[in-house]
Amino acid sequence: MEHAFKPEQMTKKYFTPWVIVLSAIALNGLGFLAMRFFFGIGSVTNLNNQFPWGIWIGLDVAAGVALAAGGFTTAALGHIMHRDKYETIIRPALLTAMLGYTFVAMGVFVDIGRWYYIWHPLVMWNGNSALFEVGICVMIYVSVLYIEFLPIVTERFIGKVNLPGFLKKFNLLVDGLLRKLDRGLEKTMFIFIIAGVVLSCLHQSSLGTLMIIAGPKMHPLWQTPVLPLLFLLSAFSVGFPMVIMESISASKSFGLKPELDVLSSLAKFVAPLLGIYLAFKIGDMFIRETFVYLAEFNSTTIMFTLEVVVGVIIPLRMFLSAAVRNSTTGLYIASLLVIFGIVMNRFNNFITAYNPPYAVESYFPSFGEISVTLGFVAMEILIYRLFVKIFPIISLPIKNAGLKAKYAIRGGLK
Amino acid sequence: MSQNRRDFLKTFAAIGTTAATLTAVTPNIAKGSSRRELSIDRKGVLVDTTVCIGCGKCEWACKTAHNMEAGNFDDYSSQLTDGSQRRPSENALTVVNQIDTSIMNSDKVKLQCMHCDHPACESACIVSAITKQENGAVTWDTDKCIGCRYCMVACPFQIPAFEYQKALDPKIVKCDFCYDRTKEGKLPACVEICPVGALTYGTREELLIEAKRRISKDPDKYFDHVFGEYEVGGTSWLYLAENNLVNKVFPKLGTNTAPGVSESIQHGLFAYFVPPVALYALLGGVMWLSKNKDKNEGGH
Ligand code: SF4
Ligand code: SF4
Ligand code: SF4
Repeated sequence: MEHAFKPEQMTKKYFTPWVIVLSAIALNGLGFLAMRFFFGIGSVTNLNNQFPWGIWIGLDVAAGVALAAGGFTTAALGHIMHRDKYETIIRPALLTAMLGYTFVAMGVFVDIGRWYYIWHPLVMWNGNSALFEVGICVMIYVSVLYIEFLPIVTERFIGKVNLPGFLKKFNLLVDGLLRKLDRGLEKTMFIFIIAGVVLSCLHQSSLGTLMIIAGPKMHPLWQTPVLPLLFLLSAFSVGFPMVIMESISASKSFGLKPELDVLSSLAKFVAPLLGIYLAFKIGDMFIRETFVYLAEFNSTTIMFTLEVVVGVIIPLRMFLSAAVRNSTTGLYIASLLVIFGIVMNRFNNFITAYNPPYAVESYFPSFGEISVTLGFVAMEILIYRLFVKIFPIISLPIKNAGLKAKYAIRGGLK
Repeated sequence: MSQNRRDFLKTFAAIGTTAATLTAVTPNIAKGSSRRELSIDRKGVLVDTTVCIGCGKCEWACKTAHNMEAGNFDDYSSQLTDGSQRRPSENALTVVNQIDTSIMNSDKVKLQCMHCDHPACESACIVSAITKQENGAVTWDTDKCIGCRYCMVACPFQIPAFEYQKALDPKIVKCDFCYDRTKEGKLPACVEICPVGALTYGTREELLIEAKRRISKDPDKYFDHVFGEYEVGGTSWLYLAENNLVNKVFPKLGTNTAPGVSESIQHGLFAYFVPPVALYALLGGVMWLSKNKDKNEGGH
């Protein structure tokens, strides 16, 4: 028998030893961020005139965008193709995407030298620039994600508005407004859901266009005109593994039983998606005959091999096996490998591949840069944990639910 | 037809109209500015490295003209002899290097922005802060720049520098072809000061003719190539030298414009907004169909 699910607020207490550790990592990152704002980018990073972009762009932004792909891939599956079965994972994926993109925006904000001009792309356009396209799409998409999240907020507070003190008399008013908002959202949500998927496809691929203009500065193993397609395909393939990884992590952390049934079905999509990505990656390599570079043995080719073998081929094989797909551990490891592969890919494209003609020494991220990147990740997890306590995100099985109440989840098209 | 479904259709139609309008009013954005005509009178500089004596006066004049710490006029030539290959940076818009110090009078090469005819930096800049001016200069606008450094990633000659040490108002620093001086009819500071005439200012066309005249007049003295004539679609600054400068001084670059591939992909993805709008319509259709199927099968 299938279970009925309903999103609930998590009740477990917020602070655990892990939360303390994460907080320390976050604080460390914030310290270096303060330094960056007081003394300039040069005081914290190893960036210079040869290497203008480091891990704040390669990981925080490029990998960040890719790993937030769970949001639009599950939205496409659950809302657009109406596979109701996957409704339970849409909310966690949406939250991750929302936080992920928020931190991508933060990553951009701290990396650009003139952060107070971050709004300039809104009014100063350059249709030739891939970065402009990425910037605009990400800005719109973040807003769309916040709108998609609104129904969860209204659901949380409708009928439960309880303002403190003298504000109490507004309770009814606020409740009424929330209900109005909720109704409006329900009617129009599909616009945002489709827009979210379109915007994602656009900027996921434009992110791949970014490095093309670097031309011969980029190692031929990665530099190819089909980069936008490779970026899009890899974003497709990392979306579900991200959702699986998070879902299992959250279940572990809140002491729930992983929804293995849903996750295993979801995992069935991964191998085909990864396979298409791999086919294009290898095909492109053979068409451009870049495999000759693999005959060399150096850090660049090691990075490439790690990316493709450990990050794509091995997890592809794992996801093909039913035994792996039906075991929590197997799923977890395979998903982590895919995530590793995509993170490596973004890192390689933006950092390993970048060989400026007059480089005197190669770039390695500074302690400060690494601290900030880790700090962002830690903050994201902490906020995630907070949000699942405040809002009904994670679905729990309902006992004695009638068939009607099954999938009693709102936010999509009814 | 249910209430929801009618809404769905209505809104969908509205979106279609908006998208169509957007498509109609924004062809300029989708097309971009790279196809604008280059002025045939655009200026350039011919750098004859066989004439250069490496006095470094251009470095000094350039700094002075740009209100940068210039230091002692006489200290410059000594920087050549130590063989270090310096790069233009946030502290110097131009530098002169002797490529091979083991040979006494070998080529000395002045480096600065090449002022490409199809600048990668201009194409890349997220906010159009970089502009190829009518007179050939590629200039940077401090009022627009957000400091993203994508121009640095894009430039094939690795020219733009950035003030990493500044917390506030860091600038992208590169040779601006003395835009403010040439506007007033003055020569670029480096050209004006050069004591031996290694730098010639003129229209790019004249300079190419002059360069080829020099090569044919003295074929033993020159390597038969005007660097910058075709590289990355042509540059405003052109170089003559005794030896091939490619690989020793400049990276090996093709003759296609640097932003070419990137721009055509970009415009392919956004050709009059058709692909995104089509994708939107497609997804809308799928959503619509799968929802109906759901309704029929589910029977509620
Ligand atoms: S040399 Fe570099 S900075 Fe100068 S115009 Fe060309 S692309 Fe721009
Ligand atoms: S750093 Fe400034 S000039 Fe360079 S691409 Fe970014 S916004 Fe444009
Ligand atoms: S043209 Fe002007 S800015 Fe450029 S190197 Fe010469 S003096 Fe400096």
